[in-house]
Amino acid sequence: MVNAIVNVPAQARRGEIIEIKTLARHAMETGFRRTQLGELIPRDIITQFVCTYNGAEIFRAELHPAIAANPLLTFTTVATESGTIAFKWTGDNGYSATATAAITVA
Amino acid sequence: MSVAAAARLAAVVCILASPAAGAEIALAERRSGYEFMGRETRAMQDDDAVNPGMLWVLDGEALWNRRAGAAARACADCHGDARTSMQGVAARYPAFDATRGRPINLEQRINACRTDRQQASALAFEGAELLALAAHVARQSRGLPIEPAIDERTKPFVEAGRATFFRRQGQLNLACAQCHDDRWGAKLAGNTIPQAHPTGYPLYRLEWQSLGSLQRRLRNCFIGIRAEPHAYGAPEFVDLELYLMWRARGMKVESPAVRP
Repeated sequence: MVNAIVNVPAQARRGEIIEIKTLARHAMETGFRRTQLGELIPRDIITQFVCTYNGAEIFRAELHPAIAANPLLTFTTVATESGTIAFKWTGDNGYSATATAAITVA
Repeated sequence: MSVAAAARLAAVVCILASPAAGAEIALAERRSGYEFMGRETRAMQDDDAVNPGMLWVLDGEALWNRRAGAAARACADCHGDARTSMQGVAARYPAFDATRGRPINLEQRINACRTDRQQASALAFEGAELLALAAHVARQSRGLPIEPAIDERTKPFVEAGRATFFRRQGQLNLACAQCHDDRWGAKLAGNTIPQAHPTGYPLYRLEWQSLGSLQRRLRNCFIGIRAEPHAYGAPEFVDLELYLMWRARGMKVESPAVRP
């Protein structure tokens, strides 16, 4: 099953501002809803997202129950060098998903 | 030609073109639900990198290539690459199935392939796998015109679907047509009433926080007018789907669409 779709420009000029789009698959169950029998549905959300660029952290986000299912995060960074941009989502019930994208900086 | 003669000719053409005369939306005035959406939701649908429906499309691609059932065959073993073989297929469904003697929708066709050819168990309606396969197949028709085959065999079923569309039902005693033919563009609670053209199914609905089929949407509408919804795959729903696709003929497939 596909856990995430990440979109990073494959090529960029050095110093260019690039936009990174990440779409994670997650139900983001808030923990506030109840079943038809009145039982509370336990919270099950992504709590943290971290993006690293050649190992150095460039973006981090904390996620909360009010965030929609399949959270979409877009952010920008400066293309400094060729390498790998890695993404990691962690959350409730030991949830963990990763993705990587390669970028060539000329 | 005199004006009266032109009007008569136009009337005759109308009668010939439609299975039955009625207060349907003129072809040129039809608008996809896309046109009623806000800028942000449109942007979400237009960009595959942010369209959540693509999560299901990619899943469907993996399922397409995975062997299943006693026959140990994958969809790809018969159909090859869906990008070419499935082009325009979803735009023609529901389509007549000779063995069943009636039209079946895309999900039912996928399940027929599973049970008959792959000798696997049928996938559950609205389950993640069936939605994913349907999304993957429907994605290959994006941008192509909807054109269900209307002929002598399918015509009675279009008529049946049309009868459902115009029949008042439920505790609110409403017909589909009263909102979607007569009052589209007006407001129902805070929402704009669309014309009900099924151009983008299966689609990601923000309200559902998930992908869903046309029949899920139809069930929503039935519950909304407090009528008893049919079960998934019910012939009444397939007939209604067929009528809606005929009604949207020529409009472009948007699957997987995004709707509010």
